[in-house]
Amino acid sequence: MNKLLLIVGGSTLVYFCLAMLMAVIPGYELSKTPPGPGVEPLSALQAEGRDVYVAEGCSYCHTQQVRPLAQDKIFGRPSAAGDFAYQTPELLGSERTGPDLTNIGVRQPSEVWQYIHLYNPRAVVPQSIMPSFSWLFDVVDALPPGEAAVPLPLAYAPRTGKVVPTQKAKALMAYLMSLKQAPLPAGQGGAMAATATPAAASGAATATAAASAPAAAGFDPAKGAALYTANCSACHQATGEGLPGAFPPLKGNAAVNDDDPTLHIHTVLHGAHGVVIGGVTYPSPMPPFASQLSDDDIANIIDHERSSWGNHGKPVTAAQVAAERAKGN
Amino acid sequence: MQDGISLHHAASDDTDDRALASIFAAYTVSATFWLLFATAIGVLLAFKFGAPDFARGAWLTFGRLRPIHTNATFYGWASLGLVGVSYYVVARSSGTQLYSKTLAWWGLALFNIAAVAGTIALDLGYNAGDLEYREWPWPIRIIFLAALVVTGWNLVATVAQRSTEEIYLSNWYILGGVLWTCIIAIVAVLPWYQYGLGQVAVSGFYMHNAVGLWFTPLALGIFYYALPKLLNRPIYSYALGVFAFWTNLVFYPIIGSHHFLFSPLPWWLQTTAIVFSVAMLVPVWGGSANYLLTMRGRVRDMIHSYALLFIFVAVVNYLLSSTQGTLEAFRSLQEIWHLTNFTVGHSHWTMYGFVTFAVWGGVYAMLPLATGKSAGRLGLALHFWMAVVGGTIYVLSLSIGGTVQGLDWVHGLPFIQSVVDMQTYWVWRGVGGTLMFLSHIVFGWNVWRMTYGRQGNAASPVLAPATEELA
Repeated sequence: MNKLLLIVGGSTLVYFCLAMLMAVIPGYELSKTPPGPGVEPLSALQAEGRDVYVAEGCSYCHTQQVRPLAQDKIFGRPSAAGDFAYQTPELLGSERTGPDLTNIGVRQPSEVWQYIHLYNPRAVVPQSIMPSFSWLFDVVDALPPGEAAVPLPLAYAPRTGKVVPTQKAKALMAYLMSLKQAPLPAGQGGAMAATATPAAASGAATATAAASAPAAAGFDPAKGAALYTANCSACHQATGEGLPGAFPPLKGNAAVNDDDPTLHIHTVLHGAHGVVIGGVTYPSPMPPFASQLSDDDIANIIDHERSSWGNHGKPVTAAQVAAERAKGN
Repeated sequence: MQDGISLHHAASDDTDDRALASIFAAYTVSATFWLLFATAIGVLLAFKFGAPDFARGAWLTFGRLRPIHTNATFYGWASLGLVGVSYYVVARSSGTQLYSKTLAWWGLALFNIAAVAGTIALDLGYNAGDLEYREWPWPIRIIFLAALVVTGWNLVATVAQRSTEEIYLSNWYILGGVLWTCIIAIVAVLPWYQYGLGQVAVSGFYMHNAVGLWFTPLALGIFYYALPKLLNRPIYSYALGVFAFWTNLVFYPIIGSHHFLFSPLPWWLQTTAIVFSVAMLVPVWGGSANYLLTMRGRVRDMIHSYALLFIFVAVVNYLLSSTQGTLEAFRSLQEIWHLTNFTVGHSHWTMYGFVTFAVWGGVYAMLPLATGKSAGRLGLALHFWMAVVGGTIYVLSLSIGGTVQGLDWVHGLPFIQSVVDMQTYWVWRGVGGTLMFLSHIVFGWNVWRMTYGRQGNAASPVLAPATEELA
């Protein structure tokens, strides 16, 4: 019996102590991490939306953690401890089959796009393998007062009726739109970078250097196409045709073909909302890219748009983008 | 010290033998059902990567089926399979009968109730928070905890009434594994101290400990019984086994945070996890060396015993996949591999190549001894080769694909490019997964023949002692 007590009891005691040391005490202490400046608790609707996010297992393909690595820069600034104060359950995730959603409310603020994408992701991103969440929508014959139908492309719409989001979809949308990183106070960004590995830090430094570097040499078609795919094609589509009634076409677009690029550059830098293009009003907002893309990147995107799909706008330079950026919004 | 395993269970009689055999058989059949269910879901999930609009709808959506697949594999298949074999190993190596048959049947019922309820809850969208391997709602996890407590009680009491002086090494691992896992389950389920970032720390601890201090010790304990039994020779070094036991216990609980490298978890927690991930090489290499050296000189004879072949593959995969785990914990490699499908390849290498093969080895080694019925030679060969080839294709395709995926990100390609580039590898994963699933159907057939069905023509899994050892 003594031997049994020694082996089983002894090892269990050791394990109990290690569990306290590695899980319970760090868990307890870190639970007290105060919210960062600007980090707000979720509203009732947003919390309901997070329950939908959990129930449908979104977290198995989408992370909510931006690492201090160069390749994560596209998803936002590195996550800070204070970002998670109101995140229970934590949804950091372990796989990124789809993109990180930490800052999706900023990166893709168009609810129209999000609804189309939830109904069937392939309607806006043909290569996507995300499941369709069509059961979060109702198909109705007549729109309830105050409701707008989701403007699905014909190929993805039900044969009859109009598609409207259910309460669950609206809650999920409220949650997704709440995923916006609060800006870090000055100085704290440096602290984050200091925790990165040398490789990551130098990667970030290279990226910063690229952003602040003087205009690089001219239009790089390959780079322009890649940047367009990464930042623009979800709405404006690879064909440049947009989605009828939802996202404006760039093909044959007056601003894109105008020799004066001011409006084109201004729109990419600062976004747009509720504009009329070709006689159609587009209520869906376009996000600003000024803080995410360098002048050179934006010039490459604009030149890609001006030279594709039969467009023939005059190319722009990074210097022109810089000048427009200097004017502010 | 090896007396335990060759000693005839003086304290038991035929009725006890039959009762132990029927408990072992029932656990194995039940585990086999969960294996078939979980991997059928797995194949469906693999298919969805190529055809995302196949089997649409809330109940069949990826995000609900994925935790059903992992939890059914963990808490249905592997847990029931290992506990069934463990009951046999603990009773036999202690030279006694089982402390309580009733408790064993209660345990089987509780494990199954938890797994059924957990599966239904997840499919209805009652997910406790997408926190890996603790997705079941808390009342269901309490049922699982009850199953663990019942099992631990029964096993400890069985060893307490042993007829041997020593406690054989297998029982160290098995009893330890069950009792430590009770602590893990309690730590994970108590909600009052884990919020936000604090919960991240607990998740890191939990998701690795649920694997490494539950499945690993039980599988290793089974090796320590099965190898000497099947090879008819003592374990190479008893002391090395004891050393690996304590180092595994002390190092393993510390490495969990390597799942959250580069996260806002405190840097000391992440670095400590990396250091101890390297330290894990000590028990892993020590333990693997012990098993391989026990097999020394007998590898050629092992083709006469599929039970030994399964265990051999499990040991090799334990060594390789655990070493891979250490490599993955380095920051430089995590920069590329973390969050990619490489991790999925790793988890299948460990849970399939190591743990699942260990259960199969244990079942094929001991179920025929318990029931007196063997499987067929054809069934054993089909199961072994389809599982080995399928598993290899699975792990290779996701390891290569995951590396491509990670490099796509590092090179700053548009995100969707990483999805497009994975398509070929996901097809191969599906091919591997389908072979694996087919092998499980054959396993089900083999289990049937070893338990309730008509017995097959395979020889005894136990090898005769080597000729020089007879002399």
